[in-house]
Amino acid sequence: MAGPPRHATMQSISNGSTLQSGDRPQAQPSQQQLSQQSPGLRVPSNRKTIYDRHLNRSRNTELSRASFAFLFGEMVTYAQRRVTGIQDLEKRLNEQGYPLGLRLLDLLFYRSTSTSSSALSSSSTSSSPPNRPLRIITLLHLIHGPLWRLLFGRAADALEHSVSPDTPNEYMITDNDPMVNTYISAPRDMSMLNCAAYVAGIIEGVCDGCGFETKVSAHNQPTELWPSRTVFLVRFGDSVMEREKVLERAGIK
Amino acid sequence: MSYYFTILSPTDTPLFNIAFGTSKGGGDGIARFRFPETAQYMNQFIIHSSLDILEEAQWTNGGMYLKHIDTYPPAAAYITAFLTPSGARFLLLHQPPNLPSSTGTGSGLGSSSLLGTAGSTTRASSSSIAANPTSPQTEEAVRQFMNEVYENYVKTAMSPFYKQGMEIKSPVFRTRVTAAGRKWL
Repeated sequence: MAGPPRHATMQSISNGSTLQSGDRPQAQPSQQQLSQQSPGLRVPSNRKTIYDRHLNRSRNTELSRASFAFLFGEMVTYAQRRVTGIQDLEKRLNEQGYPLGLRLLDLLFYRSTSTSSSALSSSSTSSSPPNRPLRIITLLHLIHGPLWRLLFGRAADALEHSVSPDTPNEYMITDNDPMVNTYISAPRDMSMLNCAAYVAGIIEGVCDGCGFETKVSAHNQPTELWPSRTVFLVRFGDSVMEREKVLERAGIK
Repeated sequence: MSYYFTILSPTDTPLFNIAFGTSKGGGDGIARFRFPETAQYMNQFIIHSSLDILEEAQWTNGGMYLKHIDTYPPAAAYITAFLTPSGARFLLLHQPPNLPSSTGTGSGLGSSSLLGTAGSTTRASSSSIAANPTSPQTEEAVRQFMNEVYENYVKTAMSPFYKQGMEIKSPVFRTRVTAAGRKWL
């Protein structure tokens, strides 16, 4: 229904300067009708907008891994078509992941609040909603546990703090077998490439959303047992480290 | 009695705002602020001035619902805040109705007669949440309201056509917020 009247409206607008309004008598009423019916919003035919759908659909609605692999492969190809080098490619993948991280953060908290109220019977303690992370450690635990479970169905494999005294702002999250890399095999001349840069972007989005300025990068660290083991290096900005000191002095956890 | 609700992005861009009145205790859901019609911007002034306090409270309290954070006594405006994990701020300005003795300060004759009737209904229900902005019942009601708005906000944020920091224009979102206000406040 939207096709012909819209076409007519377009014409009446583009010809409006040269033609008199009487030239297209059928175009005018259809234009009015359109603007009356839907002020800027087109509702799907089943009248269900995104606001009518539930956000808790994690169980029994798992996505097929094949379609994810295909989609992700296409994303990498898309990014690769427009880049000059590996670093540029990783940066693009990172940027693709970043907005996802921002969204996941809200979804993660929403889901944990609503499930904690339904799980009230099992836990004896009162179901207060989870707190926003204020300190670095709580944030990293959130990424290592709940976020990883939301994304990949299991927790990440390790969480480490940099041992070097020069870089107290560096933390490492290890995934022995990142799902995004399962179906990716990089050519020999691009062996440095790690497509988990996309996941690094997600982590960056989550940290940034919580108010922690961060740079996250993904690095290959294969072992004999885990050939695609990936380490996500999380580097917090100076402002975060300063605030961390203030919060530590104030005794806030 | 009157509420002004606004959503601000982490970079302080207003994303959404709405003014409404209480629907509890015989309220008709129409906002009647103490400012004259021409000075409605005062709401925005007051609500935005509480951002400083919010940013302090943000790092001492890890909850999402920060409760009542600020009061502006000259206008009897109470500000309640809710902070989403991704940094969007929900602020609710809450102005209890004028006490019957002070209704004389109404802007015009027509509106003062309206205020008079509203005052008589609230006197009957002075324990209602609208008249007690700091009571535990009010905090609980506002929490429910905020949670409901949060659910709808997450749905907005999950839309692939929505980027963080964009104004929320969806009329469905607006009706949902209105409905939440009618339900809880």
